[in-house]
Amino acid sequence: MARDSGIWQNSFIFISVDFNFSLRPKIKRQQLQQRQGTKTGKKKKMHSFGYRANALLTFAVTILALMCAIASLSDNLNTPSPSAQIEILNINWFQKQPHGNDEVSLTLNITADLQSLFTWNTKQLFIFVAAEYETPKNALNQVSLWDAIIPAKEFAKFSIHTSNKYRFIDQGHNLRSKEFNLTLHWHVMPKTGKMFANKIVMSGYRLPEDYR
Amino acid sequence: MIVTSALIIWKALMCITGSESPVVVVLSGSMEPGFKRGDILFLHMSKDPIRAGEIVVFNVDGREIPIVHRVIKVHERQDTGEVEVLTKGDNNYGDDRLLYAQGQLWLKRQHIMGRAVGSGFGAPLAIFGEDLPGPNLALRFLPYVGWVTIIMTEKPIIKYILIGALGLLVITSKD
Repeated sequence: MARDSGIWQNSFIFISVDFNFSLRPKIKRQQLQQRQGTKTGKKKKMHSFGYRANALLTFAVTILALMCAIASLSDNLNTPSPSAQIEILNINWFQKQPHGNDEVSLTLNITADLQSLFTWNTKQLFIFVAAEYETPKNALNQVSLWDAIIPAKEFAKFSIHTSNKYRFIDQGHNLRSKEFNLTLHWHVMPKTGKMFANKIVMSGYRLPEDYR
Repeated sequence: MIVTSALIIWKALMCITGSESPVVVVLSGSMEPGFKRGDILFLHMSKDPIRAGEIVVFNVDGREIPIVHRVIKVHERQDTGEVEVLTKGDNNYGDDRLLYAQGQLWLKRQHIMGRAVGSGFGAPLAIFGEDLPGPNLALRFLPYVGWVTIIMTEKPIIKYILIGALGLLVITSKD
């Protein structure tokens, strides 16, 4: 890019060289060209169209990348304050499968206000509710029970009654009297830039002692 | 400049099917509206444990083409720390068990190539296609680059023609 702006300087040098040639013939041509920094006898050629197009395109892409980075950074200025509550309305059934794994079906009431998570750079919000618990065999079990895509801020404040969208199945039969957390996770997918994810953990839920 | 770096990116994209490449193209619409067909994902696999909600790219044994879906279930062992994972595309009705190998119920860490995380320069990058005009207009060009890869997967002869043409370009270019 610096070389492009040097076109004006080069033309100035050409003019001064012509001037010098006519008024000071004593200075050797070689010395003059060395001062200019070009090889002996070689004229400086104009940049081709391809060269200029190439340079312009590189510049444009660099600026675009910078703009995307700034847009992404602007997301950090947003301080969100989301809230959520989840209530288990009913345990529909609680059984041991023929293979030996426990399975439970629940009806949940999910209420949340996630409007503060939306910025101008937000494309959509992917949210899901997961049951998280520990068993003797597994240090962590995360089972997604329900998920949704929130496409815009208007839909981000909601209250929904639903049974679990995905089956709540354990690896084993550890669910009787099991204490578990219900966590509402959200993933912010931006129009351009980095995805953010966070969650609200709600603890204190417990499954029944016996199968129903 | 841009031509040489575009060539490098092009060649990297051409190595996608069946290889451990850090660049993947979204081939199906199973993650819409988040990822559209033709979008480009740059991946990296860190040592962090895999958790529910993350978007992972994985290979199924016997299939060449990697799949980009979200993790919906995680079971992590106490003793070994090994993890068993179930995935599902956002836009799909059912989970991915139909896509896994015969008899396979879970994905393990060795199947997973990387995580799609977000904007980049050194970190994993996901570039989203967008239908809006304005500042997002330039982002549309990136999804179209991905379409070239889709066409090449479906008609491999084009791949060979392109490699030949690019080879010629490299030899004859002065840049």
